[in-house]
Amino acid sequence: MKILVGVKRVVDYAVKVRVGSHGVELKNVKMSLNPFCEIAVEEAVRLKENKGAGVSEIVALSIGPKQCQETLRTALAMGCDRGIHVQTDLRGDYMELQSDAVAKLFQKIIEEKEKDADLVLVGKQSIDSDCGHVGPMLAGYMSWPQATFAAKIDVEGNGLLVERETDQGTETIRIPKLPAVISCDLRLNEPRYATLPNIMKAKKKKIDTFQAEDFGIDLEPKNKVLEVFEPPARKEGIFVDDVNQLIDKLRNEAGVIP
Amino acid sequence: MLSRCKPRTLFKSAHAYRAFSSLLRSPITKDYAELVRRAPASIVVDDSKDLEKYNSDWTGQYKGNSRIVCRPQSTEEVASILEYCSREKIGIVPQAGNTGVVGGSIPINDEVILSVERLNEIHSFDDINGIIQCGAGCVLQTLQAKVANWNHLVPIDLGSKGTCMIGGNVATNAGGQYYYRFGSIHANIIGLEVVLPNGTILDLMSTNRKDNTGYDLKHLFVGAEGTLGVITKVALNCPRLPSARNVAFLACNSFESVCQTLSLAKEKLGEVLAAFEFMDKQVLDQVASEKTIPLTDGKKNHNFCILVETLGSDREHDMEKLESFLEQATDAGHVVDGILAQDTRQVSIWEIRESCNPIIKSKGYNYKYDISLPLSEYYSIVEEMRERLLPFKGDIVVANWGHVIDGNLHLNVITPGKFEVDIQIKNSIEPFIFEYVVAKGGSISAEHGLGQCKNNYLGKYAKSKAAVAVMRSLKDSFDPNGILNPQKFLPSSNSKN
Repeated sequence: MKILVGVKRVVDYAVKVRVGSHGVELKNVKMSLNPFCEIAVEEAVRLKENKGAGVSEIVALSIGPKQCQETLRTALAMGCDRGIHVQTDLRGDYMELQSDAVAKLFQKIIEEKEKDADLVLVGKQSIDSDCGHVGPMLAGYMSWPQATFAAKIDVEGNGLLVERETDQGTETIRIPKLPAVISCDLRLNEPRYATLPNIMKAKKKKIDTFQAEDFGIDLEPKNKVLEVFEPPARKEGIFVDDVNQLIDKLRNEAGVIP
Repeated sequence: MLSRCKPRTLFKSAHAYRAFSSLLRSPITKDYAELVRRAPASIVVDDSKDLEKYNSDWTGQYKGNSRIVCRPQSTEEVASILEYCSREKIGIVPQAGNTGVVGGSIPINDEVILSVERLNEIHSFDDINGIIQCGAGCVLQTLQAKVANWNHLVPIDLGSKGTCMIGGNVATNAGGQYYYRFGSIHANIIGLEVVLPNGTILDLMSTNRKDNTGYDLKHLFVGAEGTLGVITKVALNCPRLPSARNVAFLACNSFESVCQTLSLAKEKLGEVLAAFEFMDKQVLDQVASEKTIPLTDGKKNHNFCILVETLGSDREHDMEKLESFLEQATDAGHVVDGILAQDTRQVSIWEIRESCNPIIKSKGYNYKYDISLPLSEYYSIVEEMRERLLPFKGDIVVANWGHVIDGNLHLNVITPGKFEVDIQIKNSIEPFIFEYVVAKGGSISAEHGLGQCKNNYLGKYAKSKAAVAVMRSLKDSFDPNGILNPQKFLPSSNSKN
C-alpha cells in the first residue's frame, strides 16, 4: 500500500493572530505543521510500522511557499519516506488559494506523479481556513470512497474499517477496497516526537518540487472574501467576594438565573 | 542545634514565647482588633475560619500558629500595620505566594502574618523601555501573560509560577530556569517600594536603568527574605519576547557527557542558549509514574535527560545553530537520543522538568537540598550520598535535578511510602552535605534561601564572622525591635553561631 499524506504549513496554534489590512497578519508569525495533518502523518507511520498493513511507502505532500520544505522535513523526520512540494506563494488560509484548487492539485499529483497511491490521509481541517473541504472534495474528484473525522483506522482484508466521530456518536464505516481518502480527527492518535537520529536522517530524504502553475489548474479563488475582522474584545471579568455576591450578579446584572 | 526541618509543635506557653525573643510579645485580642481596623480585609481565626493555608507551607514541614492574616490593600495599610507592630513589639511574617521551601514565610509562633496578596495591581508597563511596575502581590504567571501581550517577558520563570508572587520572588532573589540567560533579580530590578519596620514608606521606584546617585538601597531588600522591610511595589526589567523558541529533550549516559553537552551548547548555541536543565534517572523514574517521559531507553529511563531551550529573534538562524549543535553532540557520542519539540509539546517537556518537585513530594518524606557546586564536583556528591545511605533498610532514593548550567543542584533524598522524617537518615545527610559543599567552595543554599531552615548554618557554612556581624548590624539598624521574621534568615539568638 502506498500512502499519500497531506501536510499543511499553518499559523502555529498558540499564536495570537492579529488582523491587518490584508487579512490575518502572517509576517514574522510562527508557523507550524497543522495539528490534524500531524495526526495524519502519525497514522501513516503507524500503518507502515504495522507489518500486516503492507505499506511500502509514505509520501508527504505540501502546497505553499518555500518554507513548506521545513514542514515536509518534520513529516519526513516522523517517518515519511519522500516529500513532494508544490510551490506557490498564494496564501493558503482561504484568502487566495482555496479548497477546490487544493483538491485539484492533489488530484493532479496523484494522476501524474503518484499513480499507484492507495490511500490519501489528510487532517480533517486546517486551523487557518478551518474548511475541512479538501478530503471530501478530493474523494469526489477521484470518485474514491471517503471516511472523514476518523478516530480509529484498522486494516481489514483488502480494505479498511474506520470509526468516525460525529456529534451523535461513533459511526463505523467499512471501506471494502482501496484506493480511498480518509481525513483524521483528534482522537485518532498522539503524534510522536521526531527524534534526533530521525531528524538527521530526514535531511537526506528526497523532496521533489513542482510549480503550482504548471498543472494547468485555475488557482483563482472561487469564493470572494469580503471582510476579515477580529471578534469584539472580551470584557474583563471581575472578582466577587463570596457566593452571595456571585448569585446577585448572575440574577440581577446578567439576568441568567431566575 | 535545634532540628529545624520537622513539623513544629505549637508554642502556647508565655514562657516558651519569651525564649523565642526577649523583645517581642504575643498579640492579644486588642491587637487583632486594631490590626483589622488598620487593614479591613484582614482575617482573624475564629470558629468558622482557620488560617491553615497561611500557617502551613506546601512541603508539609512547617506549621505556624498565627491567629491573624493581615491583607492590606494599599501601601498605606502596610505602613500602618508595621508602625503599630513595631511600636507594640509584635512579630510579623511577611507572606507572598507561600511557595518557599525553607519555611521563610511561615510563622514560628503566633507572629502576625502580613500577606501582600491584595497588592496585585499592575500599575504600568512601558513597552518601549520594557519596564513593568506592579504590586508585590501579582502572581508571576499573571505578569508573564500580561507582558506577553506587549511582546515582552518576565526575566524569571519557576515551576511555582501559578502561585508565587513577584514580591516574594524579589524578597528571595528567586533564581529559576532563565537565570543564565536573563540574569538574577538583582540584575533586573529597576525600582522598589518598601515599607520599613517602623512604618516609613521608602519609595525607591524608578524607571531609570542607569542611576548612580547614592547607595543603591533596593539591592539590600532583594534576597533579604523580608527581614529588612516589606516590599509593596516592584519595577522590573522585562526583555523582549523572543520570536523563536526551541526546546530539545536529550538523553545522556553519564554526567560527564552532560557536562560535555553543556560545553558544546555554550559554544554552538552562544547567545541563543536560554536554559539547560538536567534530571537523573532516579527522578525520572518517579516522574514517569505520572507523566509520559518522551525519551526512554527501551523500557527504562535514560541515566540523564537534559532540557535545552533556545530563545532568539530569528527562527532560521536559531534552528541552524540548534541543528549544528545537535549534530555535533550526537556525532561526538555525548547525546545518545533526543527530540525537538514543536509548539504545545514544548510546554509538556517543561512540565516534566517542573513537575519533579511536586511529584517527589507526593511520594514520601523529602530531605531537600539546594546546593551550588563547581561542575567537576556536581554529581560526585550524589554518588557519595548514595553510598552513605546504603546501610539504611528500606527504600531510599536520591533523586536529582537542577539548573546544571548555573552549577545549581537540587538534591532530594526520599523515603518512598514513608512520610515521617527519620532522624537517623537526617543525621547521616547533615552536616556531611554542608561540610562537603563548603569544602568544595560551593553554596549550601544556591537559590532557596535560608528562611527558618538554614539560617543557623549562615555563620558556620556560608559566611565569615565579619560578614555575619555586618549583616546583624544592618538588621539592627533597619529593624531595632526585630519584628520582621524573627528568628529567621540570620542565625537565631539561641543558636551558637
